Amino acid sequence: MPDGGSTGIGASVKRKEDYRFLVGEGNYTDDINRPNQTHTYMLRSSSAHAKFSLDTSNASKAKGVVKIFVGTDMEVGSIPCGWQVDSKDGTPMREPAHPPIAKDKVRYVGEIIAVIIAETLEDAKNAAELIDVNYDDIPVIIDMQKALDNSKGLVHDEIESNVCYDWEIGDSEAVDKAISEAAHITSLDIRNNRLIPNAIETRSAIGDYEHATGQYTLYTTSQNPHVIRLLMGAFVLGLPEHKLRVIAPDVGGGFGSKIFHYAEEAIVTWASNKIRRPVKWTADRSEAFISDAHGRDHVTSVKLALDKDGKFLALKVDTLANMGAYLSTFASSVPTYLYATLLAGTYTTPAIHCNVKSIFTNTVPVDAYRGAGRPEATYLIERIVDKAAREMGISQVEIRRKNFIPVDAFPYQTPVALQYDSGNYNATLDAALKKADYDGFASRKAESAKRGMLRGIGFSTYLEACGIAPSAVVGSLGARAGLFECAEVRVHPTGSVTVFTGSHSHGQGHETTFAQLVSEKLGISTDLVEISHGDTNNIPFGMGTYGSRSLAVGGEAIVKAMDKVIAKAKKIAAHIMEASADDIELNNGNFEIAGTDKSMSLADISLAAYVPHNYPHEELEPGLDEKAFYDPLNFTYPGGCHICEVEINPNTGEVKVEGMTAVDDVGMVINPMIVEGQIHGGLAQGIGQALLENAAYDNNGQLLSGSYMDYTMPRADNFVDFKVGNEVTLCTHNSLGVKGCGEVGAIGSPPAVINAVVDALSELGVNDISMPATSEKVWNAINNAKDKS
Amino acid sequence: MEISITINGKEVKANIKANTLLSTFIRENLNLTGTHVGCDTSQCGACAIHLNGDAVKSCAILAAQADGAEITTIEGIANGDELHPMQQAFHENHGLQCGYCTPGMVMSSIKLVENNPNISEEEIRKGLEGNICRCTGYHNIVKSIKQAATEMGG
Repeated sequence: MPDGGSTGIGASVKRKEDYRFLVGEGNYTDDINRPNQTHTYMLRSSSAHAKFSLDTSNASKAKGVVKIFVGTDMEVGSIPCGWQVDSKDGTPMREPAHPPIAKDKVRYVGEIIAVIIAETLEDAKNAAELIDVNYDDIPVIIDMQKALDNSKGLVHDEIESNVCYDWEIGDSEAVDKAISEAAHITSLDIRNNRLIPNAIETRSAIGDYEHATGQYTLYTTSQNPHVIRLLMGAFVLGLPEHKLRVIAPDVGGGFGSKIFHYAEEAIVTWASNKIRRPVKWTADRSEAFISDAHGRDHVTSVKLALDKDGKFLALKVDTLANMGAYLSTFASSVPTYLYATLLAGTYTTPAIHCNVKSIFTNTVPVDAYRGAGRPEATYLIERIVDKAAREMGISQVEIRRKNFIPVDAFPYQTPVALQYDSGNYNATLDAALKKADYDGFASRKAESAKRGMLRGIGFSTYLEACGIAPSAVVGSLGARAGLFECAEVRVHPTGSVTVFTGSHSHGQGHETTFAQLVSEKLGISTDLVEISHGDTNNIPFGMGTYGSRSLAVGGEAIVKAMDKVIAKAKKIAAHIMEASADDIELNNGNFEIAGTDKSMSLADISLAAYVPHNYPHEELEPGLDEKAFYDPLNFTYPGGCHICEVEINPNTGEVKVEGMTAVDDVGMVINPMIVEGQIHGGLAQGIGQALLENAAYDNNGQLLSGSYMDYTMPRADNFVDFKVGNEVTLCTHNSLGVKGCGEVGAIGSPPAVINAVVDALSELGVNDISMPATSEKVWNAINNAKDKS
Repeated sequence: MEISITINGKEVKANIKANTLLSTFIRENLNLTGTHVGCDTSQCGACAIHLNGDAVKSCAILAAQADGAEITTIEGIANGDELHPMQQAFHENHGLQCGYCTPGMVMSSIKLVENNPNISEEEIRKGLEGNICRCTGYHNIVKSIKQAATEMGG
């Protein structure tokens, strides 16, 4: 790995963005106030499924009220879904209309039914109390299995079914044949629990229409302001790009939930024109629980066929995936192309088939949450591999080694569409075994047993596909947008650099990592580099940050723009030093004539470019400012091994994580400190899913876990120190060799935790436990097992 | 109603509605937006400040209750351009990512350490039960606090 000097590739440069956050001078959307601004309260449905009517006459007269809008006031386009998935019979997915404000029917608790705009938030809330709402309740559909029977009721009458699509991938015949002939079949029914992303900054949006120019500005908590401009401008409000500016300033965490175009963004933008004043909305936490898109929520049956030696022959998967009441931006792609294409995992399973039915229910829309589809795939693979090993008496390590894709098999074509470019799964497993002191586990288990405790160890040798991009590939799979990235590298006259990137940082540290790329390539200190993001008026274009794509796609776009800068700088240097551009070499920031002591610094060249007195005008334009779009050839494929060790108190069912080891291959590491931080955060969310978090609805469609009183957010004392390491195989199709690290922690860890819990309980005859493995659930499993024995 | 508060060393007098939360007063009346609000059930701790020497969740009390009090917010912790050892430790140990919980984390952590200079890792983890971070997995926050504890004289 190159050492890159003090601020280049491979250096743990401390973050440039920290200072403003540490002194309380971050600039988050809710910190922004516009002159003459109004405040908005969204009145939301308290019924999960009803026809409704409302009377706003008293509320309209209340103190401070500027205007109240209801659904029929806002005749605009439907909130769009960005990805079309066709059913296996060729019919397109069912795509119900999604108005920003419900008109006459509500389909989940939390759906907006009226927008109250007032001088203060308190006035708006008080006025909302005066709105009379009459709900005429309709039977509520929560359970996906029941939703399959359309005669029990429909979430959307006009689409005549609760099934959005019935989709498949893989060779069903080959799988069925392998299963019928296999020496061993392992089966498992799995629920991937519904989660609520819970970025600590709640969503917020300010619409600001300027009458004199016809310009709209939307400030919003978004991971991808250009995508919002496109979706809201083109599909919902009919505003052309040149009249709509979207600013996503500092954003307090996203985890996927701030990718999507939400109704509130369209409402405040539209309303600011209607009332000719800025309109501000900020969610409180209770509102976030019922209005941010939720994550996961799959119910799956899986079968693994093995030969007598434990070699995998076939995998058969049937999944019901919850869409909630409406299709959110990426919802349709998550349980299909981001899920079923991952089902080979790290293994050579020759035949795979997966059928996915995605289902409308009377719940909050479900969409991408850290990992998005890949955690669901990883969970079922790693759980069933574990169960198969147990049933066949093969060790957890051995069964994995037996089936790993070998190092010499790359590029490896899986039976489910993807072609992996690189990986070394034995290397990450070996390193993790060592780091986790696997050899010492037996003695630690014995020591726990002496204290009456149960101890278990669990593995996950996962793989994921990220760097979400190749436009041609995703386009052929139904994406309605390209997934490239754009960057502009502006060398200023005195040699400092501003990079304009279409990626968006909301915790990932781009202002540092991207500056390191510049430091490495142009040979200047990161102190001379500023990274600009999050404003559609500043940034040429962008597709944003999700799917661990910022470095592999956005970073590579920066490199491409720098390549253009370097090529031009060489020509300028050649002209001034009277040499051939082919003879100019860039070394440590100096453009040197090879074999001589003549050289120019980047600052010398940029000054010449902006003060072009002695300049090759016939060949070059003045200035040193280059832009690049980059569209990769493939996804990237990080992978690795997570090992979890738990101790369970059989008297209380309490599961304590005693060790969490992650050795990941995320390709080339630019800033090891930041990469470790990303892994830590992902692990915490993965352990949270496995042990603590669960979004629960009752049969009436009320969210039971609707606040931090009921939804268990992981806290510091739920964890021990994580042991994190990395092994590097380079991505073969980008120049940096990078893969992506944002999601691996959340993708790899949940099955490791649950496999550890099952391992601890296996001596009692327990062979499965569902997420989250709460104390109550574990205690019941222990006691039910005791009753049976 | 009229209140008078000393905030970050400056006395401010204000006429406020009696139901104004202290967090609202700090953010909206005083425009000190470093104090964040991340929940509505007093659990996330993003709004933690120092009130008469104690770490307090400013969303859980009324501004009126702080009448006459001395308050320090995240904006008042550094000594000019020199960061407080806790802020510096968060920077050096990558104890923050999105930065949203950070002000509350820093304010709570300072009091954790001041009240228990030889604080152990277990005590740090337990002591952070009132502060939620979704980004870091807490690992580097705990490391930051350990380092700051050493530098603060523990």
